Amino acid sequence: MINLLPLVRNECLKIIKKKRFYVILLILVVLVPMFTYAQMRISERSREKFNSDWRLEIQQQITDNQNSLSSDRIPEEWKTYRRIFVQQLQYYLDHNVNPNEPSGVTFTREFLDNSVNLFIPLLIMAVASDLVSGERTTGTIKMLLTRPVRRWKVLLSKLVALLMFVSLIVLSVVVICYLISGLVFGYTGFNVPVFTGFQINGDTVDMSGVHAVPQWKYLLMQAGLIWFVSVVVALLAFMVSVLVRSTAASIVVMMAALIAGTILSNMASAWTSAKYLFMVNLGLTGYLAGTPAPIEGMTLPFSMAVLAIWGLVSIIISFAVFTKRDILN
Amino acid sequence: MLLEQSSGYPPAVLTVDGVRKRIGRKWIIDNVTFDVRAGEIFGFLGPNGAGKTTTIRMLVDLIRPTEGTITVCGYNVNKNPEQALQYVGSIVENPEVYTYLTGWENLQHFARMQPGVDKARIAEVVEIVRLDQRIHDKVSTYSLGMRQRLGIAQALLGRPRLLILDEPTNGLDPKGIKELREFVRKLAGEGMAVFVSSHLLSEIQLLCDRVAIISKGKVLAVGGVHELVSRNSPYVLWELAPSSQAKVLLGAHPGIRILAPDEVTLDDAVTAGMGEDSLVTVMDEALIPEMVSLMVAAGVTVRAVHKINPTLEQLFLKLTEGETID
Repeated sequence: MINLLPLVRNECLKIIKKKRFYVILLILVVLVPMFTYAQMRISERSREKFNSDWRLEIQQQITDNQNSLSSDRIPEEWKTYRRIFVQQLQYYLDHNVNPNEPSGVTFTREFLDNSVNLFIPLLIMAVASDLVSGERTTGTIKMLLTRPVRRWKVLLSKLVALLMFVSLIVLSVVVICYLISGLVFGYTGFNVPVFTGFQINGDTVDMSGVHAVPQWKYLLMQAGLIWFVSVVVALLAFMVSVLVRSTAASIVVMMAALIAGTILSNMASAWTSAKYLFMVNLGLTGYLAGTPAPIEGMTLPFSMAVLAIWGLVSIIISFAVFTKRDILN
Repeated sequence: MLLEQSSGYPPAVLTVDGVRKRIGRKWIIDNVTFDVRAGEIFGFLGPNGAGKTTTIRMLVDLIRPTEGTITVCGYNVNKNPEQALQYVGSIVENPEVYTYLTGWENLQHFARMQPGVDKARIAEVVEIVRLDQRIHDKVSTYSLGMRQRLGIAQALLGRPRLLILDEPTNGLDPKGIKELREFVRKLAGEGMAVFVSSHLLSEIQLLCDRVAIISKGKVLAVGGVHELVSRNSPYVLWELAPSSQAKVLLGAHPGIRILAPDEVTLDDAVTAGMGEDSLVTVMDEALIPEMVSLMVAAGVTVRAVHKINPTLEQLFLKLTEGETID
């Protein structure tokens, strides 16, 4: 009887030696400075325009959005977004808190908000998509499965290794983001208050539940939600890699699903049953910030439940197929 | 099907009993039965596409048989793979190892997947396959022969009682093939059962003690290589002039049968140099001197007489009734 630990060690070793994780770190180290620079230019420009008075800047944003509400050319859905956005900005203004106070922590928070739908899932896929299909493409699956180890143990060891790397990737994103953006914006901003708890009803925002949390706490909540999303994406990619023999096909399937999600989020508000698809539910951090959900009726618990079910079903399918299937080539 | 003598032999390490496999509606393996005993080299011979690799995959639990059982050292491979497979070392098709790891890391990887394999054992198998010079290099830099040896090292790690090699001579040069042959004999001499598949008849004939012949998913014969071969009388090739007269003489003898041209199941390489009027007979070789003096007395010129030992190829062609082998 072989216990799980040496098997997990094998899988971790393979992920590291395949240099997948280094590639992910490299992508982060190359891309984050780009975003940091872009953000720097934005803050520079607004500083020139508003003479470093953030209240003026927020006020300007509110007026701009309100003006656009009267335009006929803007679709009704967008107007809803903007109405909600205006109300939130007003709330920040009323409480004398700058939502865009530039700092390493604020940048990280915004970066996480923007990367949860596509960027982080893509990084996860880099590891998850070839975990099983990679062994089939190279034929090493035959060596792996002819050892005296039950198939479910082999698969479980891969899954455990995957979850470890998913956690590591989420952690790396946060840390690298903070470290690099801090060079420019300063390593401060942990205690800046951030408002959360906006309840959206139709096109008004219920402010009764709104409370301020220090930014570090907000960041932790975000990271937790992103970890949850990442785990579900990892489980799905894992299932696809069990089902599909080639790694390329496995990546394409997952990419298509993720990109379909971003497209659907922008146009599916009329098709309400789309809310049961996993890919429109990935933006969990949006609920924290009070961004309206893409489809009406979606809430944080709803989205988490939908994702959890998708994740659970993927695990069941992965194990059922992997332990039964004939390895024909 | 030949009858097997079952008594007086070492115990069977591998028993395959009535195994069938259906994929879709097609039975790709239809009733495969044989056993492999400790210390013997067992050949599994058949043309490409006959079901050799599918059968091997069933032996190591990569494919589940639709019917029948496969037992290794008393354990059912499909029901108790954890117990059964610890006695089996195998290379299925090509020796596919992780090319981004070193040879040593590969062996460590597989060592962690079975009980009782320590560092000393890894060093030992590396020594056995003589890879010690390059074992810490990445496998991507290895030649095919070295990968083959690494594959064998991997298969030997757990001190298996049954070693399964699928077409082991593929891609090896003649020297490598010779080394492999000696190596396999040595392992069998130490009591290991070795199962070797091949589509090369000569290979099996040179290496194996017993053989199962498979074609179109069916085992056509199982038996000792020599036992199977001795069932076929040798061919004797005559080059004579005039052949018409010789034909009468040979045909008159009750122990000699002249084969019609389409009956001759000899390799083209053997018949290539023969004249148009040569004759092929099936006869006991003891009759040759007698027939030669008879011919000479009758004024027939005997240019050449060749005795061709029966080969598995002949046997195979006989069993499969001319199905092509490649």
